[in-house]
Amino acid sequence: MDWRRFAIIALVIVIMFGTVVVVGISQNSPLVIITSMLATTIAVATPLTLGALSGIYCERSGVVNIGIEGMMLGAAFFGWLASIYMNTVFHQVPMLSLLTGVFVAVLTGGLFALLHAVLSITFKVDQIIGGTVINILATGITGFLNRQMFFGSGSVFGGTVPHSPGVLPSIHIPLLADIPVFGRIFQQQPITLSALALVVITHFVLFHTRWGLRTRAVGEHPRAADTVGINVIRMRYLNVIIGGFMAGLGGAYFTLESISSFEPMMTNGRGFIALAAMIFGNWTPFGAWAAALVFGAAQALQINLQFFRELIPPSLAILQNSYVVGLAPYILTMLILTGLIGKTIAPAADGKPYEK
Amino acid sequence: MATNDIVLEAKGITKHFPGVLANDHVDFDLHKGEIHALLGENGAGKTTLMNILYGLYLPDSGEIQVDGKPAVIHTPKDSITLGIGMVHQHFMLIPVFTVAENIMLGDEIVRNKIVLDQKAVAKRVRDLSHQYGLEINPETLVSQLPVGVQQRVEIVKALYRNAHILILDEPTAVLTPQEADELFVIMHELTKRGVSIIFITHKLKEVLAVADRITVMRDGKVVGTAKPKETDEAKLASMMVGREVILKVDKDPAKPGNEILKVDGLKVHDIRGLEVVRDVSFHVLAGEVLGIAGVQGNGQTELVEALTGLRSMAGGKMWFSGKDMTGKPPRPITETGMAHIPEDRQRHGLVLGYTVADNMVLNTYYLPPFGVHNMLQPAAIDSNARKLIEDYDVRTPSPYVPVGKLSGGNQQKVIVARELSHPVKLLVANQPTRGLDVGSIEYIHKEIIVMRDRGVAVLLVSAELDEIMALSDRIAVMYRGQIVATVDAAKVTREQLGLWMAGAHPEE
Repeated sequence: MDWRRFAIIALVIVIMFGTVVVVGISQNSPLVIITSMLATTIAVATPLTLGALSGIYCERSGVVNIGIEGMMLGAAFFGWLASIYMNTVFHQVPMLSLLTGVFVAVLTGGLFALLHAVLSITFKVDQIIGGTVINILATGITGFLNRQMFFGSGSVFGGTVPHSPGVLPSIHIPLLADIPVFGRIFQQQPITLSALALVVITHFVLFHTRWGLRTRAVGEHPRAADTVGINVIRMRYLNVIIGGFMAGLGGAYFTLESISSFEPMMTNGRGFIALAAMIFGNWTPFGAWAAALVFGAAQALQINLQFFRELIPPSLAILQNSYVVGLAPYILTMLILTGLIGKTIAPAADGKPYEK
Repeated sequence: MATNDIVLEAKGITKHFPGVLANDHVDFDLHKGEIHALLGENGAGKTTLMNILYGLYLPDSGEIQVDGKPAVIHTPKDSITLGIGMVHQHFMLIPVFTVAENIMLGDEIVRNKIVLDQKAVAKRVRDLSHQYGLEINPETLVSQLPVGVQQRVEIVKALYRNAHILILDEPTAVLTPQEADELFVIMHELTKRGVSIIFITHKLKEVLAVADRITVMRDGKVVGTAKPKETDEAKLASMMVGREVILKVDKDPAKPGNEILKVDGLKVHDIRGLEVVRDVSFHVLAGEVLGIAGVQGNGQTELVEALTGLRSMAGGKMWFSGKDMTGKPPRPITETGMAHIPEDRQRHGLVLGYTVADNMVLNTYYLPPFGVHNMLQPAAIDSNARKLIEDYDVRTPSPYVPVGKLSGGNQQKVIVARELSHPVKLLVANQPTRGLDVGSIEYIHKEIIVMRDRGVAVLLVSAELDEIMALSDRIAVMYRGQIVATVDAAKVTREQLGLWMAGAHPEE
């Protein structure tokens, strides 16, 4: 990714942070505001980051995945369900229940991805349709099961939502978290921290390992890869499934780390915003993460402006309406996808089934 | 350097595809250190045989021996292990990867089991390139390399895998004559070092120049093997085609008339927005053939697309038949009398799923007698098709088979028939014989000269220097989007044209 793109990202973030600082300066010091904004930004960017990484694994190997939204939703539901079962039916401690939930969520993402792989690689179904199938399937299954299990007297849990094991606790990283004021930025929950680690790991895998070289080759020119003995089909399957794991972990964020409940369609378009982040980041992990932070910052803006609601001057009254501020990520997505912020180049064989 | 040790032998190779016998009991052998040319028309079965040797297809029957031992080749990996390397006609290189990354792909050198060792690969590549005299820089991106160097990368890629048998599939198709000569030097250099080469081509001159032995294939069978000293172009051509072929185009001197096409200061951008036709001016007279020579990718495609109205012009003017036609869409241009044989017949010349009959009225379907009151007239379309099939000798079982089922030569005849069946003042032919067999080439060439003699202006674009020299009355050479020279075809040599095509400036 080029420096211009990073500059645009930095500028947008500065503007958003600046807005909150200007509004809140009479109550808090700018340093405190910025630190708190940064911490929120990194946390809420987590599902976007993981969604974008999911897209990177799939598309770098040549499979378009617009089913990330559905994979995350499915993972959020089944992960949450598993944690509840562990907690209430098998009477396990909350921590074990939550970790089981994360495991099941990751697995769910992988299974949805396997379905996508079978459809798009083996049966060469149009990949946009394959992704749409996943999205519709996830919405349907989770909505249906949610109702069957928790609502009405005939449901599995008899109409009451059982006691949930809560959310994953934040981790205190020695040294980093002890830094005065800024330490708060590193005080994060495990999925958020894993997402950061996965950005670095994915970059390393993609650009410095045999696996990554072959993955990119398969996504750029599968025939060339085939002629040097690389199994194109296998590479694509595995990368799509790894992508599914990423989306699954992203889904776990919603119900096991952010809040401890499930609502139908709670991913609310994050999977698609993640795709936009991936595109804006030019299919690179760091680029996609930076783009995810922009969306995260927009959300942090919305959250923080709530705190300072009374302080917003009448001339900026529009910022009092959290719905208007909440539109920011979606407007950013549209701007990015219309190519207003410069052209990006997708892997050459992205979306094209491989025919021998 | 050829010896009598046989490094590769294929016996009785047979391969069926649905409806086609692509290889029919083919026998082929390769001696150590020799260049064995495999000659044949498109569809003769050369590529099928090579894909079998390289593990891309499995033969239905037959056996292969490598270095005297029976070999089982199921995948490209098997053949790489056996020391067979292939340089494909369309390079198997990834443009966004570096030379080193392309070379190591599939056979990477790694540290600590997972980390790519770019330095070790670069060193290996440098060593190989010194050893064989193939200069390449491992750190360059492939997309920044000229085609000739990309081909060197492909050769090094095979050598990196310790290939001692090298298959070169139509290696000169994309090269300038000078680059081709360089390649031949490299090939000899390789054979001196014990590499054996299978050289696939349909160009007779090259075969006679570089091969130690020549095997000719036709219709899936080997028709014979010869040594260059014992044969000549005419003999090889008739072996390829199965009948006598007239290689030379007979034509009388041109009788040029009025100016039909005039182009002034034309600029055209490609899809990436780069200026690929830069300030080009020329004219074509009635009754002459203006040939545009040049290596592929020097702006010819975009030039033709701009002239035919398929691509917008970024600057300059165009007059056709005395009228300013700058920026006009294809229909008025066609209606004024331009015929267009496009470069890619399958993508831009035909609708492959439509029938032969429908393809023959693609540019006139809306006009009487084919279209009356917005209704197609099947009877008129039918009789038109039957007449054109007869006139242009299109080999098709009926006018109602999808045109995609026909052979390349017959597809091209459908296009020629359609384009020339309406009143024509200018024929724009872009690579009109690419990928065609000798017989079809002969036919298309004759047709172009017939049109010229009828007073049609012809603009011929071709990367085949022989074709340009055989047909043109004047020749313009295109290099990096500009016309670097325009000369009288009778007063220029092949070598001179080759130099201009490679970027040399003509003396003032």
